Amino acid sequence: MNLTFATLADLQNSLRNREISATELTQYYLARIDALDPALNSFISIHTEAALDAATRADKAFARGDARPLTGIPIAQKDIFCLQGHRTTAGSKMLANFIAPYTATCSQKLADAGAITLGKTNMDEFAMGSSNENSYFGAVHNPWDHDLIPGGSSGGSAAAVAAGLCAASTGTDTGGSIRQPAAMCGLTGLKPTYGRISRWGMIAFASSLDQAGPMARTAQDAAILLEHMAGHDPRDSTSLNEPVPRFSEGLGGSIKGLRIGVCQEFFTEGLDPAVERTIRDALAVYESLGATLVDVSLPHTPYSISAYYVIAPAECSANLARFDGIRYGHRCLDPENLQDLYQRSRGEGFGEEVKKRILVGTFALSAGYFDAFYHRAQKIRRLIKEDFVKAFENVDVIAGPTAPTPAFALGEKASNPVEMYLQDIFTISASLAGVPAMSIPAGLANGLPVGLQLIGNYRQEGTLLQAAHQFQQETPWHTLTPPEAL
Amino acid sequence: MSIPAGWQIDIGLEIHAQLNTRSKIFSGASTRFGQPPNSQACAIDLGMPGVLPSVNAEVFVKAVQFGLSIGAMINQESRFDRKNYFYPDLPKGYQITQMDQPIVLGGTISIQKSDGTEKTIRVTRAHLEEDAGKSIHDLKPGHTGIDLNRAGTPLLEIVSEPDLKNAEEAVAYAKAMHQLLTYLEVCDGNMAEGSLRFDANISVRRQDADLLGTRSEIKNLNSFRFLEQAIHFETERQISVLEAGGTLVQDTRLFDPDRLETRSMRSKETATDYRYFPEPDLLPVRLTAEFIEQIQANLPELPVMRARRYQDKLQLAFADAALLSQDRRLGDYFDEVLTISGNAKSAANWVRGDLLSKLNEHELSITACPISPGHLGELIQLIDQGIISGKIAKEVFAALWMKQTDSPGDYVQQHQLEQVSDASAIEPLIDALIADNPKQAEDLRAGKDKLMGFFVGKVMQATAGKANPKQVNDLLRQKLS
Repeated sequence: MNLTFATLADLQNSLRNREISATELTQYYLARIDALDPALNSFISIHTEAALDAATRADKAFARGDARPLTGIPIAQKDIFCLQGHRTTAGSKMLANFIAPYTATCSQKLADAGAITLGKTNMDEFAMGSSNENSYFGAVHNPWDHDLIPGGSSGGSAAAVAAGLCAASTGTDTGGSIRQPAAMCGLTGLKPTYGRISRWGMIAFASSLDQAGPMARTAQDAAILLEHMAGHDPRDSTSLNEPVPRFSEGLGGSIKGLRIGVCQEFFTEGLDPAVERTIRDALAVYESLGATLVDVSLPHTPYSISAYYVIAPAECSANLARFDGIRYGHRCLDPENLQDLYQRSRGEGFGEEVKKRILVGTFALSAGYFDAFYHRAQKIRRLIKEDFVKAFENVDVIAGPTAPTPAFALGEKASNPVEMYLQDIFTISASLAGVPAMSIPAGLANGLPVGLQLIGNYRQEGTLLQAAHQFQQETPWHTLTPPEAL
Repeated sequence: MSIPAGWQIDIGLEIHAQLNTRSKIFSGASTRFGQPPNSQACAIDLGMPGVLPSVNAEVFVKAVQFGLSIGAMINQESRFDRKNYFYPDLPKGYQITQMDQPIVLGGTISIQKSDGTEKTIRVTRAHLEEDAGKSIHDLKPGHTGIDLNRAGTPLLEIVSEPDLKNAEEAVAYAKAMHQLLTYLEVCDGNMAEGSLRFDANISVRRQDADLLGTRSEIKNLNSFRFLEQAIHFETERQISVLEAGGTLVQDTRLFDPDRLETRSMRSKETATDYRYFPEPDLLPVRLTAEFIEQIQANLPELPVMRARRYQDKLQLAFADAALLSQDRRLGDYFDEVLTISGNAKSAANWVRGDLLSKLNEHELSITACPISPGHLGELIQLIDQGIISGKIAKEVFAALWMKQTDSPGDYVQQHQLEQVSDASAIEPLIDALIADNPKQAEDLRAGKDKLMGFFVGKVMQATAGKANPKQVNDLLRQKLS
């Protein structure tokens, strides 16, 4: 077996059959990280010692015969999830030395299922970005082409899996931060229904939008990970209070008769023609599998970016107020007084994009502007939700491109925020509505991966994963690997 | 202080009452007062990255109890909002509070004015929020200490209409709220520990003016006395500015109790824009009609109703009724004494007389009283049944207080304290006394009635107080008439 790009499901079998030990597998990935990550910069922290300890425990568990579902599986976690005793930076200078005193619920669940964390992955600062260029720890390079961005904000998590530095990873998605990097790196990434995975211990960007999710090579791997990340958590009032379906067990059924909505609003002017061709081809594959394509409309989609760039900054302006240099995090040297302490600690600790969004959010919530901005954005959000509710009366899944273009060059859009924000034009509406959505490899455009986005109805991750899995039974795209990663 | 002629004052109060839950409003940390700094602040209270609030359901029970007690409307869907401002003792940089949909809307409370008349004060709203921590400025020169033990303590902020027309009414209102909150046992009412704090919105206007004047808000008054003093000072200040032809600016002020003055902290122009918006980490809270009905059904009898019952049904004097109904546990105690003894008048006399003076003497609350209401009821029964005299009863009471006995009846028996009501036992004593004191006997016969006391006293002395005084009287009259 080629370990480098083995699926999580294959690794589970190899470990169970004792073809490879958890220690060997962990050492293998750690060695790859050592060798390849200096060029990719996908990790902020590497937990060599803790990972090897966990691997030893995993091997003992296999020897005793009490291995759990993910025992011995090495994964990487976005550096937004707090892991007790480990540095958790959120890609920011503000938290460059922050050691978390607790563990995020979903990370704990993965650990409880036996997964081994190899390290914490790079990300856009506080998950704000679509290119992973906004990290205090430097940009991440796309394994497909080191001159390109990997997507963001979960760019490190995407690059690490795509380069074969780990079996799978965790990410978070506020407006597309799992789906877009998954698309750019040729991975399967899922943003579940809002509330499916607890947000406890996950550093907040925009609370009403943030959702954790798996980033993996296949739909099956994503389903396996999701099962062990999801579940009600009394510490997160917004987490769904219902049992977690066995997603990995429902993948095999035929999708004959599946109604796939094709939404005109997702085939707009800015869409790269090569991307569009790839998506149309993917839709044809679905038809060949017996699915029916149905035209649907999500008429308020064009307003989603405007609404998002009010709501997300508004929430982040409050969420990031706690980083004040008083109790933890970056504090400026020799503050003259309280005002100076605040201004310099925050001024030095936050990067440009974060400051920009805090300012936008503060403005949008200000007296006199609240109605025109925040209030209106919430209205649009309600309309977008209603669009989806209506559309899902007639279809099971909505399909379209994940991002308007394949990966672009590092620095290319850094000076043009509007163009950068348009990266999320197709992903944001599902975030605003809170419905589940995923990106799966749909082919190549100019030699670069293109993501097909599948959006499902509330709590219907199972349908999405099944549709994705069936597609992957028919197509080779998810098995393609970056030429530079070997 | 009397209000200068030609002026009237309008005062509205915001009362911050700490709800006496064991844990905080959004975390499991303890709310105990007086613990070492920062020993009761968990990751949530510290506003660490990635933590989330979850609501302590107990605060809704307490807020609804309060709301129903003032006849307010309970918002079945209440929501939390974020109030954003930077301060070192506000860990998250925002306070979770209720802006648009407070849990309690409207309601009234009546206050007693010094002339004995009642006045109804309208409550605008009451909402739930979290308390901030404390900044300590005098610990180390040039440094400010932060104690976050208080951060996240649940507060009920009760906002009144500007119905209060002078300091006296404001203090009466504050005291009425204090009494109600402690009576309901939703707040411990400990002013010294900051369990109840006031912000006073004060404005003045000419007697004939229709509109309210420009107001100042005096923040964080933590005693009734400071509230009164601050209002006196502030109204004088405002009137003198206006009388000198000046104008007032709306501002927020701090009261300095040492200098007896208020100082402006910030004016409306420089006021913080709190940028309220719905708290996305918490879902709106929906209270069912059953939840509210159940609280209504279990609501204790309120002081006003209780006092009315004591006056109307038990024929207690106004003062007794008021005293016994002001403290819920005292009223409960009295009710139990009454149930056992069946004698309201006596029960009231014992509780407000002997019992309260003993409690006051030892600085005990009624809940720490060493005598159970059952025992006091039995004691009254023993008197009413003629088994012991009132004088002996005081002795038994003292024994009960000292925990020397577990049953008044047994104690009386063991110490042979029963009243002697047997004529054959008392008659020989009286005969002997008349024989030993012929002069006095003669004088009494002759009409010197004062001497009755002399003979009764002698009999009581001879029986160690156990003779029934009424019977002694009757026998003496028989023999000496």
